[in-house]
Amino acid sequence: MTLALYVPRASPVHRTPAGWKLLALAGLSALVFTAPTLPVVCGALVAVVALGLVVARLPVAVLGRETRAVLWWLGALFALHLLVTDVLTGTLTVLRLLTLVLAAAVVTATTRVTAMVAVIERVCRPLEWVGVRPARIGLVIAMALRFIPLISERAGRIRQAQAARGGSVRGLRGLSTTLVPLLVQVLQLAHTVSEALDARGADDVPLRRGGPRAA
Amino acid sequence: METKDLAYIALFAAITAALGLVPAVQVGPVPITAQTLGVMLAGAILGARRGFLSQLLFLVLVAIGLPVLPGGGGGLAVFAGATAGYLISWPIAAFVIGLLTERFWVRYNLARATVATVVGGILVVYAIGVPVLSAVAGLPWSDALWFGAAIFIPGDLIKAVIAAAIAVQVRRSYPVIDRPRRAVAVR
Repeated sequence: MTLALYVPRASPVHRTPAGWKLLALAGLSALVFTAPTLPVVCGALVAVVALGLVVARLPVAVLGRETRAVLWWLGALFALHLLVTDVLTGTLTVLRLLTLVLAAAVVTATTRVTAMVAVIERVCRPLEWVGVRPARIGLVIAMALRFIPLISERAGRIRQAQAARGGSVRGLRGLSTTLVPLLVQVLQLAHTVSEALDARGADDVPLRRGGPRAA
Repeated sequence: METKDLAYIALFAAITAALGLVPAVQVGPVPITAQTLGVMLAGAILGARRGFLSQLLFLVLVAIGLPVLPGGGGGLAVFAGATAGYLISWPIAAFVIGLLTERFWVRYNLARATVATVVGGILVVYAIGVPVLSAVAGLPWSDALWFGAAIFIPGDLIKAVIAAAIAVQVRRSYPVIDRPRRAVAVR
């Protein structure tokens, strides 16, 4: 399982801090929704594609995959707009959505997961005042990332065991007969992991000097 | 919140992600994915608070660029799309299911569990998803309701019953939600 949509390259876009890229994305979204005219939206679309393909040197396949993912949906949307409104509104809506989807894909493909996690921890820092510990956000993300392949592996093992006993492992019935033992197994596993973390002092991350320990 | 709660939260974010790898069952033109099963289970097994946080964490995994949506989708792009409302509704859906489950906990059974998963996992999801679809896509309400809700509801009902059945069985062998103090006192 490939665990990231990140495409490594040495480009100015890749080097731009993640926080700035996310701000730029928010700005672009505000622009195309507040000024939905054909020149603005077309200009934004061309700029985003140029930024992704020329400046960041992303493979065409990356943007192509995102476009394909929304293509049938955009087509249906355009057809509905032809019936309900007019060609101009339909074109604008479709191009606007495509621009935002591609811009977000460029940000995702040029930013490492670790950089995104760092941004999230930074954004959450003010939440310390209500008892959230930003350092723990990195910890839960890391735990979830480790659990995903583990769950798939355990599910595969349970299915094999049931198939060996002649049980049904396909379709909806198979889904529920697999999920109950799987859930009990992984709940016990999560409990064990948390005990191991506590034993190694995961609970001792200071909130802030002299601050309350509750979170 | 204890480390155990953090581990459960991470676990159910991961379960929703892993269910995205289960191939969609195609019923006519309508794809039925297993992923909302994860949302329902998070609320029904962890309860309101941890269920909410686990699905919020799942959205964070999507946003930081992990391909955890069906068909390897993910990244910030999905929050710009017309289906963003459905995704955003997931933590709230898990919260509502968790709230109802905690209320039903002492006399929890398949019927009550199904009420919780239908209200939280279907009503809440469409109450948020359909208006966003209508606004982002510029669709009139009637069309959004038909293409964004009605065709998926039969599949969702099946998932709600499956999630409820699983939650009842898991509660029997590994209950995670604490029994309310009042019930213990009565005993």
